[in-house]
Amino acid sequence: MTALAVRDLHVRVGDKVVLQGVDLELSSGVIHALMGPNGSGKSTLALALAGHPAYEVVRGQALLDGQDLLSLPPHERARAGLFVAFQHPPEVEGVKLREFLRLACAARGQGFCEFQKAFPQALERLHLTEFRERELHVGFSGGEKKRAELLQLYLLRPRVALLDEPDSGVDVDALRLIAEVIREMAEAGTAVLIITHYPRLLEHVPPSKVFVLLDGRIAGWGGPELAERISREGFEGVRR
Amino acid sequence: MNRVAARLSKAFVEQLSWEKDEPAWMREHRLRCLEIFERLPLPRFGPDLSALDLGDLTYYARPVAPVERLEDLPEDIRRTFQALGLPEAEQRALGGLRAQVDSEEVYRSLLRELRAKGVIFMSMEEAVREYPWVQEYFMKVIPPEDNKFAALHGAVWSGGTFIWVPEGVEVEIPLQAYYRMQTEGVGQFEHTLIIAERGSSLHYIEGCSAPRYSRMSLHSGMVEIVAKEGARVRFTTIQNWSKNVYNLNNKRAWAYAEARVDWVSGSLGSRVTMLYPTTVLLGPGARTENLSFTFAQEGMWLDTGARAIHRAPETSSRLVSRSVVQGRATSVFRGTIQVAPEARRAKGHMECSTLLLSPEARTETIPIIRAENEEVELGHEATVGRVSQEQLFYLMSRGLDEAQALSLIVNGFVSPILQEIPWEYALELRRLLEMSFAEAVA
Ligand SMILES: Nc1ncnc2c1ncn2[C@@H]1O[C@H](COP(=O)(O)OP(=O)(O)O)[C@@H](O)[C@H]1O
Ligand SMILES: [Mg+2]
Repeated sequence: MTALAVRDLHVRVGDKVVLQGVDLELSSGVIHALMGPNGSGKSTLALALAGHPAYEVVRGQALLDGQDLLSLPPHERARAGLFVAFQHPPEVEGVKLREFLRLACAARGQGFCEFQKAFPQALERLHLTEFRERELHVGFSGGEKKRAELLQLYLLRPRVALLDEPDSGVDVDALRLIAEVIREMAEAGTAVLIITHYPRLLEHVPPSKVFVLLDGRIAGWGGPELAERISREGFEGVRR
Repeated sequence: MNRVAARLSKAFVEQLSWEKDEPAWMREHRLRCLEIFERLPLPRFGPDLSALDLGDLTYYARPVAPVERLEDLPEDIRRTFQALGLPEAEQRALGGLRAQVDSEEVYRSLLRELRAKGVIFMSMEEAVREYPWVQEYFMKVIPPEDNKFAALHGAVWSGGTFIWVPEGVEVEIPLQAYYRMQTEGVGQFEHTLIIAERGSSLHYIEGCSAPRYSRMSLHSGMVEIVAKEGARVRFTTIQNWSKNVYNLNNKRAWAYAEARVDWVSGSLGSRVTMLYPTTVLLGPGARTENLSFTFAQEGMWLDTGARAIHRAPETSSRLVSRSVVQGRATSVFRGTIQVAPEARRAKGHMECSTLLLSPEARTETIPIIRAENEEVELGHEATVGRVSQEQLFYLMSRGLDEAQALSLIVNGFVSPILQEIPWEYALELRRLLEMSFAEAVA
């Protein structure tokens, strides 16, 4: 079942139109990958779909479960079931991880009791128990930030998850953990898009479908074998 | 006298004193203050006061008659007090409650057990009439020569709280006063005098609010605290004046040997505030803590500060401020730690942080640390932070609306101070914050 459908998406950042007609469909319960060289617009796609004010949609459409996403303010996109794991999650001083997630879960319609139970379990699952009372991302290492993003994914149980480079700065053990959590989420029905320029994570979570982003468009797509080909030949092979 | 819209004059001051049936010393004090007021210039620092027309104020108003029970107050006032949770707080959390509307007290209660222990909690004018020894204290901590508004206050003061805690008596639950400015264009000049005898303790809380008018009004209260040897006094103010109020106050305490005086101030409202609670550490081992939280919103200028004057050995002070500035607003913090030659081994620390929520927000921190002997430990830190679009967007991408996201960030920032406020009031402060964000975003 199609959870997210993106059609002919054009996005301008500053005075540059970075995305020039992206078409993409994500299915519930399926793991997809979006690959593309640095600067090809992968993060732009994720942030524009999340509603970042610096990323202006000049044309196109995005439907989440058939609902028009682009007319909603960012928080309502999240409430509708969109989740973006940031490539660079910001530090937010003074805001406790726990307090923040309580509000985020409430925004997704989860009750307080449910949260009280789920939060410690999620912390344990992501090996973050000692981060319970920490300020959001403050003083976290790169890898810890990525695990904290996955912690949120795990708690929020979105319809669609766009994971922007969830593997950068992550050591081998954490990479395995992140891969397991991603698989669990897909099994539970989330449509997952793993965004990466580097196929390492995909060895641990083989995607059913791979999209390649080049020059602001989807230049090609295929099965898991496409990821392998890119790791052998680089992106130039796809361009041809 | 129900309302006097007359100009400020000698005749008005004499009439006020006569109506209040005051002893001669007070009448003379008022007249002396009026002379000083006329002589002194406006403050030479801080916010612009030119829109404040001292000739256009109602210097005395008594729109509401006093009642025995809160439920007997006129409907609109009763509803306001209810919305503030006062009747509930009185039942559950307070040892005593005073309410004042404009110039006069309208309601007062004090727990029987506190009365039995000899605690005095009454309006200032009653105390002036009843206890001649009040003269030894009244405007001795802050003399009228100190500044123009202190002198004005001394001339026209009306209402306010008098508290006397006998030696060794510990008042374990807070006493509270609530000040309401109801009449358009009114001036409110309540005088609060707290005397805590040796080894006694007290927590006193003040709340303030006013409906919004287009005409300016003035609140110029004065608080004097005398904490004798070993006494502990904590004075909490949460001010949510409307944006037509000039809030120009004087607050100062004397702390004798081993005494402790804490000021906790939350400034959320007013058009202009000038507030610099001061503790003079007079005896060895005296301590003071001064916690200030300000939230300056569109069009406001909150000029606050804290002062610790060390006059005895082994005294210590800690001044902490958290300011949040939103829209085109200004927040200034003036912190002073002053150590006299005889105050050997004094310790002082000052810590000011500001959080700017908009590019137009203005802030300034003006620390003054002066030590006249060498054996001191003094420290100072100041930081200014900004809420970035990235932080806001991140929180919103998780389903929080903009108001929720802002108040989450701001709550985190001010939590070191909210922790020091009794939880009911901290809750109230959080609610006020959320409300103003919801308004600002809408
Ligand atoms: N906030 C921004 N301001 C200006 N340029 C940006 C911004 N974000 C992205 N870009 C530009 O858009 C292009 C695509 O960037 P990005 O989406 O981050 O690529 P990727 O994630 O694929 O590495 C790059 O040329 C980058 O410099
Ligand atoms: Mg990127």
